[in-house]
Amino acid sequence: MTDGTWGGADRTVADGGLLSGPEPDVARAAGYPDAPQRVGFFTDTSVCIGCKACEVACKEWNAIPEDGLELTGMSYDNTQGLGGSTWRHVAFIEQRKPLGGQEPGTGQDTVDVFAAARDLGVTPSAPGPGATSPGPGCGEAPAGAPSGEISPVAPDGRSELRWLMSSDVCKHCTHAACLDVCPTGSLFRTEFGTVVVQEDICNGCGYCVPACPYGVIDQRPDDGRAWKCTLCYDRLGVGMEPACAKACPTRSIQFGPLDELRERAAARVAQLHAAGVTDARLYGEDPQDGVGGDGAFFLLLDQPEVYGLPPDPVVTTRDLPAMWRHAATAAASLAALAVVSFARRSR
Amino acid sequence: MRGPDVSRAGAGGARPGRDATTGEHAGRRRRGRGERAMVPEAEFSSYYGRPILNRPRWKPLDIAGYLYLGGLAGASSLLAAGAHVTDRPALARTAKLGAAGAISLSLAALVHDLGRPARFVNMLRVFKPTSPMNIGSWLLAAYAPLTVVAAATDAAGRYRLTGAAATASAAVLGPAVATYTAVLLSDTAVPSWHEGYREMPFVFAGSAATAAAGLALACTPPGRSGPARRMAVLGAALELGAFRVMKRRMGQAAEPFAEGRPQTLVRASEILTAGGAALAGYAGGRGRAPAAVAGTALLAGSAALRFGVFHAGVVSAEDPRYTVVPQRERLDARSRSGDPGPEGPRS
Repeated sequence: MTDGTWGGADRTVADGGLLSGPEPDVARAAGYPDAPQRVGFFTDTSVCIGCKACEVACKEWNAIPEDGLELTGMSYDNTQGLGGSTWRHVAFIEQRKPLGGQEPGTGQDTVDVFAAARDLGVTPSAPGPGATSPGPGCGEAPAGAPSGEISPVAPDGRSELRWLMSSDVCKHCTHAACLDVCPTGSLFRTEFGTVVVQEDICNGCGYCVPACPYGVIDQRPDDGRAWKCTLCYDRLGVGMEPACAKACPTRSIQFGPLDELRERAAARVAQLHAAGVTDARLYGEDPQDGVGGDGAFFLLLDQPEVYGLPPDPVVTTRDLPAMWRHAATAAASLAALAVVSFARRSR
Repeated sequence: MRGPDVSRAGAGGARPGRDATTGEHAGRRRRGRGERAMVPEAEFSSYYGRPILNRPRWKPLDIAGYLYLGGLAGASSLLAAGAHVTDRPALARTAKLGAAGAISLSLAALVHDLGRPARFVNMLRVFKPTSPMNIGSWLLAAYAPLTVVAAATDAAGRYRLTGAAATASAAVLGPAVATYTAVLLSDTAVPSWHEGYREMPFVFAGSAATAAAGLALACTPPGRSGPARRMAVLGAALELGAFRVMKRRMGQAAEPFAEGRPQTLVRASEILTAGGAALAGYAGGRGRAPAAVAGTALLAGSAALRFGVFHAGVVSAEDPRYTVVPQRERLDARSRSGDPGPEGPRS
């Protein structure tokens, strides 16, 4: 539990490695000499179907209390965001925008899905009700979809709808502000490189809540303590994968050693780009970014802020040495101010 | 499938404010009348206008009060030591009692704000320079008993040597107690707190000086409060000057100071502090009434400043624009300059 303090590693604060910047072996820096490989999540939102199995599995496995049942009107998202009792959150975004430059055959050299659809007997120009029985999974075209001849993109670009879904989770940052600012040491770095709250230590000071650049960790109002995703620390300890990844039916949530996930993610982006989905980009996988890279990173199909993620988060403790220096100067100024106030003998 | 056309709001699919027209410009515009934009209105995307950060769960009265009372106590200890050394018993008595009373209340507010107050001592189970709250707890653990000893020996008129040592030690720690609270706020992801990390310690130092001077002016016979009057003027100059510089350097994150409740508080603080200091400087030594009015104004002005800063931070955390826009601008600038920073090569 030496992580977050300025000693305990063979580097100094001046190097910046402990507070920000790349950190290749985060568990070792935290004081685990023989740590296992760092693990994390790669969430490939391009295959997320918004089933919320991850949310349910997380709630069930971790015995998280119910935290409000309300209909928001935000597409299918009634969960709203991460918090003390929501450790997985599926975002739903409806956009009048085609899903990349889709054309029949693109990226699928052997299969023409539209030809295959015609073979089923469904004529795109007249899919009248009851005309044919659609194949499994085929419903009527949505209201906004182009009728008649299937065209990849309408000229004005507004004739297609895409529905983005993304399962958000704690990022388990390389430089975790929540952990750094925790005054009790309740938040700690595990041997797997993840960040976990010790619920028997947390005294509910709430400092981690505004420290998190992603808005992940939060207090439970009735309980007072801070809670967040543990990356199923209890399951990792016995060699199991986290509940959400286990429950994900499309492998949108992939769990594994971080190095391997990064390779897999890079290959997936290349694949999507080749298929014409030029929107695909990775978020949070870069060890050079403001938090030293996330333990849980994402493949997104739009800008991060569209999903409610900060575009370029920076761990606040990067500036902490400067903050202490300024505070020390200010304290000295205050003392000097007092001395000056007494300098002249007056009544 | 008629889903897209029917919603709780009725048929037609019109859901004002719920349409995630992402990729276009979905940013809210929240601008009252008669406000001038400090930076041009920027357009940005967000997830249904929801905040990125989780808002601080701190109770305003507890934590803003804690910041205020800590400052009042810290600077009072300086006044106490100065008065002790220069043999001004009336001023010393006021300042010593003020420091002990303020820091006791401040500690009570801190403990009251905890989600689990019974676990307050967990703050002292580690020593952690990356956590300003941990450092603050250690500071208070050392400082508060010193102020109590200083006040008690002064009131009892016995153990003068112990009292002198406690007074001197409290004066050494006092400036740190008064300024570390700026680091406490700055070391978060809250834009209007973090972006002010360079100047906020000086603002708080000045504000602490005016509060302590105000207390001394209000409670000491006017003829004996010369140093307090000078401290009021110097402190007000430091506070108002540093605050001005801070707002100028914060860029967009300064906007919350110019709207709604933070604006009211900050403006009240500026008027009370400037007016109180002017009155203290001109007429503070000429009668009980002007001194009492000036002292009360200074005390109120310092409190209003802390509450204003606190609420401005909450406003900036609750509006995604303050998180998204600066980060997006940073990213765009980086990609323009060709620096392969995060996202650069991929998006």
